[in-house]
Amino acid sequence: MVQLKINGQPTKLDVDPNTPLLWAVREQAGLTGTKFGCGIALCGACTMHVDGQPVRSCSTFVSEAEGLDVTTIEGIGNPDGTLHAVQEAWIKHQVPQCGYCQSGQIMSAVALLRDTPNPTDEDINEAMAGNICRCGMYDRIRAAIKTAAKGV
Amino acid sequence: MAKLSKSEKKLAKKEKRANETRGAKWTRRGFIGVGAVAGLAVGGALVVGVAIRPGDRTDELAGSVTEGDEQLLTMWVKIAPDNTVTAIIPHGEMGQGVHTALSAMLAEEMEANWDEMEIMEAPAEKGFANFVLAREMLMGQKIPNLLFDTANGLMLAAVKGMNMQITGGSLSVRSTGVGGMLTAGAAAKELLLKAAAKQWDVPLKELRAEQSYIYHDGTNKSAPFAEFAKVAATMKPNLHPVLKKRSDYKLVGESLPRVDIPSKVDGTAQFGIDAEIEGMKYATVMASPVHGESIVRVESEEAKAMPGVISIHNMGDYVGVVAEGYWQAKQALDWLDVEFTTSDASALSQEQLFAQYADSLDNGEREIVHKAGNVATGAEGAAKIIEAEYSVPYLAHACMEPMNATVWVRDGKADIWCGTQNPLGTRMAVAKAMELDPENVTLHTVFMGGGFGRRATTDYALQAAALSKASGHPIKLIWSREETTQQDIYRPAVLSRFKAAVDEDGMPLTWESVFNHKGEPKEASDVIYAIPNKKVEVVDSPSHTRLGPWRSVDHTQHGYFTESFIEELAHAAGKDGYEYRRALLKDKPRFLKVLDAAAKLGKWGEALPDGQARGISIVESFGTICAQVVTADTTEGEPRVLHVACAADPGLAVNPDGFEAQMQSGIIYGLTAALYGEISIEDGAVSQSNFHDYEILRMDRAPKIDTVILTSEARIGGGGEPGTPPIAPALANAVFNATGRRVRNLPMRDLGGAAS
Repeated sequence: MVQLKINGQPTKLDVDPNTPLLWAVREQAGLTGTKFGCGIALCGACTMHVDGQPVRSCSTFVSEAEGLDVTTIEGIGNPDGTLHAVQEAWIKHQVPQCGYCQSGQIMSAVALLRDTPNPTDEDINEAMAGNICRCGMYDRIRAAIKTAAKGV
Repeated sequence: MAKLSKSEKKLAKKEKRANETRGAKWTRRGFIGVGAVAGLAVGGALVVGVAIRPGDRTDELAGSVTEGDEQLLTMWVKIAPDNTVTAIIPHGEMGQGVHTALSAMLAEEMEANWDEMEIMEAPAEKGFANFVLAREMLMGQKIPNLLFDTANGLMLAAVKGMNMQITGGSLSVRSTGVGGMLTAGAAAKELLLKAAAKQWDVPLKELRAEQSYIYHDGTNKSAPFAEFAKVAATMKPNLHPVLKKRSDYKLVGESLPRVDIPSKVDGTAQFGIDAEIEGMKYATVMASPVHGESIVRVESEEAKAMPGVISIHNMGDYVGVVAEGYWQAKQALDWLDVEFTTSDASALSQEQLFAQYADSLDNGEREIVHKAGNVATGAEGAAKIIEAEYSVPYLAHACMEPMNATVWVRDGKADIWCGTQNPLGTRMAVAKAMELDPENVTLHTVFMGGGFGRRATTDYALQAAALSKASGHPIKLIWSREETTQQDIYRPAVLSRFKAAVDEDGMPLTWESVFNHKGEPKEASDVIYAIPNKKVEVVDSPSHTRLGPWRSVDHTQHGYFTESFIEELAHAAGKDGYEYRRALLKDKPRFLKVLDAAAKLGKWGEALPDGQARGISIVESFGTICAQVVTADTTEGEPRVLHVACAADPGLAVNPDGFEAQMQSGIIYGLTAALYGEISIEDGAVSQSNFHDYEILRMDRAPKIDTVILTSEARIGGGGEPGTPPIAPALANAVFNATGRRVRNLPMRDLGGAAS
């Protein structure tokens, strides 16, 4: 049994503590917005926040999040239910194509802007190079981050 | 803070509703409702062939997409009592924006209120089979054959029986859209107007349709479409309604926000991997690493005892583990000791495969693909003969969403949830493999986390079905990234030799090429330039590796070859690549315009720092002409692309922003292949396994891309693929212009190794 908070909700998960956080959240907690891409922290599709820090949940044991705050794409919006500025910028710039990597991209972008409210291109490269977009929407992701930066 | 416009909010709501509907199918209650689809008759003369023709209606189809008082007017549209118009889209959404583009085309001709329009992906019924695609294929037009690998030779029957509902070949807009949606919309509008004329007893020509209402200005009458739907549905639709002029379009040609995007930023979009049904168990598999081999022995005692493991299945050519969760299944799979059969293929290496291709080029039976004039007499008196040999490796698709399918086989029926470019083929293949009546097999369509040609086959759905049957549970099968990389259907590895005779001015008199792998579309290996004598030949040189369509299909390799070799001719002539192409395209004004636009956008001819250079290329594929100018830096070991200028003429871009996104996407996809893409065979098996050894271009190396879209009177061309072929040769030409080194083998990650 592992106890943690997911998107603010205290949650008990009846799983092997060595289960990757990704699968515990998708299969036990039923939150499927976070995606499986590679399984070895190479693509970023599974990015969640643990105590505000972006982590690759496919390579993080659920036990490592014991007692901590886990935020997923489902919980990244504003407390009043509106979209986060990053999500709105994603729509404005029509970023997603297939959309599969975008939960992870958005989680990485939110973390970037929290630490670096006015990121340079270099900051964006560094923070986002861990997230693969096979539809190649990097131009739009970069533009959307800059738009969101103005609004955060 | 970025604010959403009113229409964007509406869209978000619209897509949310669509998602809720989609999600509802996965509940127990939804299941019963969906069962009605499976109960419908499919097959038989009535449905086959007639169904997709705009205006034709069959009761079977009407029943599969309408509920209660909704009336099905034509194949692709229905009107609810509350006047909501629903576009029924026979193609899967994999990010190409097809649901938005096709519904806008329908609304355009129908004069429907696009803001209030709903979108529904067509169920996998024969009536929604892509008749337009099939017809174009049968008539031998420029359509790739995407159905080649459908299980059990279904392909031939499929084409003959029009059992096609394929998303691919950049066809959705140019075939279904132009051939279907516009006509369907116009036919629906005509029916409604006729019904209104009858009901109001006024002359037809005094009526007009606007924003889902019909107006009779003379009597000041107006009423919503829905009021006339019942009467209209009893009338015979006109198969040849009068269509609008392009200049009168209000929606087509506008950058409408994509309807699928809001759900893709908040985690609510439902992909195949997100399917959830009651009692579902998880599975993962490993097939023989050497394609075509089968299992000799599975040692599974220890794995069976691992936590969460339910059962382990020797399925002949793959082994599957069923468990309570994916992770548990994967742990157990890794613990298995599996022995596979071996054959001559089990010792093959990539070097041997290329040696085999070379031998086939030398000694194999050649088939002429393209021919003009006479290359032997044409070369007489030539000033120079230029020859070169090029090659490209196998490529994987590397969709972000690993292959997966959820299937429940029970009580003589089956339900399938999976992202597929071939829903009908998947449904038929599962029916056949499970020995079920296709009527009792339902395919629930979901978003695809990337397709690019990979999701045109039925392999993963068949495995999930077989494991469901074998285990007795509903099964969600998820392939690992390693399995997804090693059991792909690969872009063929190709060797191609070129020979050209040029005159004193360096202009080509002859063009000859020969290559291995005969694929689709046929015109991919042709040259677009005015060369009086040409001969293009192909040899067969098969291997055991599974092959398949990869974004832009054969244009990907031939675009690279021909646009590199023409540049070699330009260089030999001492001419600028852009000017040389212009001279050879002088009688093709549409090509010239695109080439000029790319050159202008890419600042062709302007000075650059040392170590940087530009390269140009132009390829026509899927009805769209696309030219690109790459600016690259070669001062590091790996070329860095700084900028891509892309010009494209698709006739008319239905959704310009969507088209631009497709160009950006196609370029990055092709650039990944040009720089890194290589699947190689060692001991008969694919060596690469995950993103560390099958690398994908990332944010830090992604170039800035500018796109200009040209409009012409040409038929509407494709968007999903034409951005890909020009990028590799444009980069290779830039590398040559910067370094003097000609890249004749891809990938070109390491310039030292790749150049010659």
